[in-house]
Amino acid sequence: MSDHTAAPLPVPAPPAEGYSRREALVMGLFALAAAATTAGCSAADKLAYEEFVQKHFRDLTPEEMKDRLAGLEKKYSEQYGKSVKVSATPPIPGVLFGYALDLSRCIGCRRCVYGCVEENNQSRNPQTHWITVLEMDKEEGVNLQNADAFYDHETVPAPGKFYMPVACQHCENPPCTKVCPVEATWKEKDGIVVIDYDWCIGCRCCIAACPYGARHFNWGKPVIPKDELNPVTEYLGNRPRQRGVVEKCSFCIQRVRKGLYPKCVEVCPVGARKFGNLLDPESEIRYIIENKRVYILKEELNTQPKFFYYYGL
Amino acid sequence: MSFIRKTSNFVTGTARMAFLGGNKVYYAWLFLLVACIVQALFAYAHQYERGLISTNMRDSVSWGFYIGNFTFLVGVAAAAVLLVIPAYVYDWKPIKEVALFGEMLAVASIVMCLLFVLVDMGRPDRFWHILPGIGHMHMPSSIMAWDSIVLNVYLAINLIVASYLVYCAYHRIPYNKKIVVPLVIFSIPMAVSIHTVTAFLYNGMASRPYWNSAILAPRFIASAFCSGPALLLILFQILRKVSAFEIKDEAIHKVAELMAYAMGFNLFLFGAEIFREYYSNTHHLVHYEYLFSGLHGKASPIALYAWMSLAFAIISFLLFLIPRTRRMPLTMNIGCVLIYLSVYIEKGIALIIPGFTPDQLGQVYAYVPSMIELRVAAGVFGVGFLLFTLMVKVSVVILFERDDQPVHA
Amino acid sequence: MFFRVGSLARNRSMWGRMTRMRAVRLAAAGGWAALLLTAACGPVQEKGPRFGNVVDSAAKTTVTLFPVAPPPFSDGIFPCSQCHGPTDKVNRTPHVVDFHSEIVLHHDEKNRWCLDCHDARNRDKLHLADGRLIDFTESYRLCGQCHGPTLRNWKAGEHGKRTGSWSGAKQYLLCASCHSPHSPHFKPLKPKAPPLRQEAIR
Repeated sequence: MSDHTAAPLPVPAPPAEGYSRREALVMGLFALAAAATTAGCSAADKLAYEEFVQKHFRDLTPEEMKDRLAGLEKKYSEQYGKSVKVSATPPIPGVLFGYALDLSRCIGCRRCVYGCVEENNQSRNPQTHWITVLEMDKEEGVNLQNADAFYDHETVPAPGKFYMPVACQHCENPPCTKVCPVEATWKEKDGIVVIDYDWCIGCRCCIAACPYGARHFNWGKPVIPKDELNPVTEYLGNRPRQRGVVEKCSFCIQRVRKGLYPKCVEVCPVGARKFGNLLDPESEIRYIIENKRVYILKEELNTQPKFFYYYGL
Repeated sequence: MSFIRKTSNFVTGTARMAFLGGNKVYYAWLFLLVACIVQALFAYAHQYERGLISTNMRDSVSWGFYIGNFTFLVGVAAAAVLLVIPAYVYDWKPIKEVALFGEMLAVASIVMCLLFVLVDMGRPDRFWHILPGIGHMHMPSSIMAWDSIVLNVYLAINLIVASYLVYCAYHRIPYNKKIVVPLVIFSIPMAVSIHTVTAFLYNGMASRPYWNSAILAPRFIASAFCSGPALLLILFQILRKVSAFEIKDEAIHKVAELMAYAMGFNLFLFGAEIFREYYSNTHHLVHYEYLFSGLHGKASPIALYAWMSLAFAIISFLLFLIPRTRRMPLTMNIGCVLIYLSVYIEKGIALIIPGFTPDQLGQVYAYVPSMIELRVAAGVFGVGFLLFTLMVKVSVVILFERDDQPVHA
Repeated sequence: MFFRVGSLARNRSMWGRMTRMRAVRLAAAGGWAALLLTAACGPVQEKGPRFGNVVDSAAKTTVTLFPVAPPPFSDGIFPCSQCHGPTDKVNRTPHVVDFHSEIVLHHDEKNRWCLDCHDARNRDKLHLADGRLIDFTESYRLCGQCHGPTLRNWKAGEHGKRTGSWSGAKQYLLCASCHSPHSPHFKPLKPKAPPLRQEAIR
């Protein structure tokens, strides 16, 4: 742009004083819009409004947390026609959860997949599975490029194949929590990587960042049949999710913080899955790490998973 | 006149300039854009109601057409600076007159970028969660949070500068250099930063070896610089024909020359990537195999486009490099179209999809955009083009058509 | 050990003859014994693979008890002494028997047969290699004679399934609960349905 001043030209006459008709019309429209939004608010609208403006989970005071949990319990109980409990159990001090899975024993029966679906209230349609079981060649070893998640044999194990179930590895250095723009996902003190479904904006940065394909998005409205709902839920875990948010394995946070094993550990028919407190020197998870040949998936990415594959046989 | 009067005068005056006085082609173009937008509103309503399941994105390919377009348009927005740098830093007069149009292109592009992010979000009603102060912005570790900041700052700068310049020209008052020049100078590193931060969004992810390469940020800048100005060059030639818009041939040829160098650098970086993947021949090669041919015996739906993009890039590079073809309008315009298409495919399709295919566990999901995605994207482009058209119309009227002596902007 | 503690309490003249060190050592040993007995008889509160020990007085060694699920007997088969008396004549040469024909031995059958594990005289018990009798609830000790590393891993909780609480009491399964002792190799299972292809998710 050059900075020379143009010669002055006739200036248009200023308009008359006071509000013009156009200005009055615009102001009236705004007032009408404001009135319309505040009038006619029902209780459902109020609940929706409260859900819209609710704060980040970690910023809630204990009373606000109680109110929020009570509101959610009411909502889910009405939605599913049974009494649903939503807790926000704090982590147990002195505990860091670890998981081990014996690759020499898994037969690929997928009972863990469906046990998890039932325990953690995953959507049946559109289908969500938190655990993906990969079938690979024994001769080749772990090669994800030749892995098949969609195998469908008459019986398993198929000859010459081994099986590797993959779910959230609950990394100590998680790449997913790093990239979340609103910190809707974080690592708790007991090592579980959790998601606040009410804060997630659905941008899916975390799904792009996860090296293990462990995170899943609710592309459509999740549907759980009423009679299959597990009513014992956790705010950061298996409570029913909404459309447009991310979810993933939470180590069955609603079970493990009460001292139980995750559902997949209990359901596995061959005892390939092990779980425990990494800080307890007497636990079986410590025994495995100290005595067995342990394999970490994509170890070079330095995510430091707390999920240890091992070869027991 | 008071400031409020001046502003309301400006608003109504420019509105008149934008919508009145055009010819048949102009109104047909506006009608086409509005039609695009209206059909997109219906498509988006469908998507908002049913969720993102109405797109073809799934867990394996969790970003698709929307984010691809977003990435491309960030590049176009950053390219405005290619015109600004020589004009202001080197005080090269033939380009100064067009810097304003570059800034307006940047504004329209950033608006399109933000709209693409909005339509891609699973919970757009929760967009306020990212606003600092009332939401919870995850700084400094989230690159997406950084991107939201730099994009909005860049938008603000360009909006302020462009509207201030047009405002001053409308009222025929000299603009205050002390306001404009620092902002313009600041927009140079901002332009580089918006595209670098967007590149960092991808190349910071160790989970996606196709993107996890240091060369991604320079590649983004190079391809941005060669694609953004292409649009402007075509625009200027059109404006020269249909209005009193003036621009020296010298300026056009210089921009085309700079685009040649940018594309040359882009091809060099692309060649470096190809060498690394094919020579090292690790498992990470699967992504390039999907891009250029296919996997597991199935042809890839994007292979044709990838080869087209490469061919267009080489052809347009040569057209811009050779001075004769650069100066001849026909070949130059062919080069502009080819370069635009090449970078559009490269940033939109060839960047996003092979990054997700195969996915982290080796499974292949062949993604192609759904009809809803195409319709909504057309609408977003409609919004951007409409904004740009109106801004350009207003500027051309103010700067070139209003007085007997055209005011050089 | 118990005899000594008992006699210690009764016979005061012995106290005068022993040195103080020996007394302290004996008291400690007695304390240990009391602790172990309490641990063995009290509620099983494991945290990891530590469990109560009991004395196997026949062999003068301690063995470890585990909280296991009941042995997976077929209906009506136990107690075996319903049919097999302690004084029945037994043919100790490996041969095919007429009864129990539903059992097909497929467990090192070239070198082993029924009476290598089942006791010939007391059919309600199993016997270890040295002849010691054990209950069916301790059958893991028998399996462990050949499958030593497996037994070690099982005790640590690595081999096989344990249910219960990661932080508290756990329930073991017997080897026989999963591996039929006569034909231990797992039969293949029918897998549950594969996930839907993502193209099919609408």
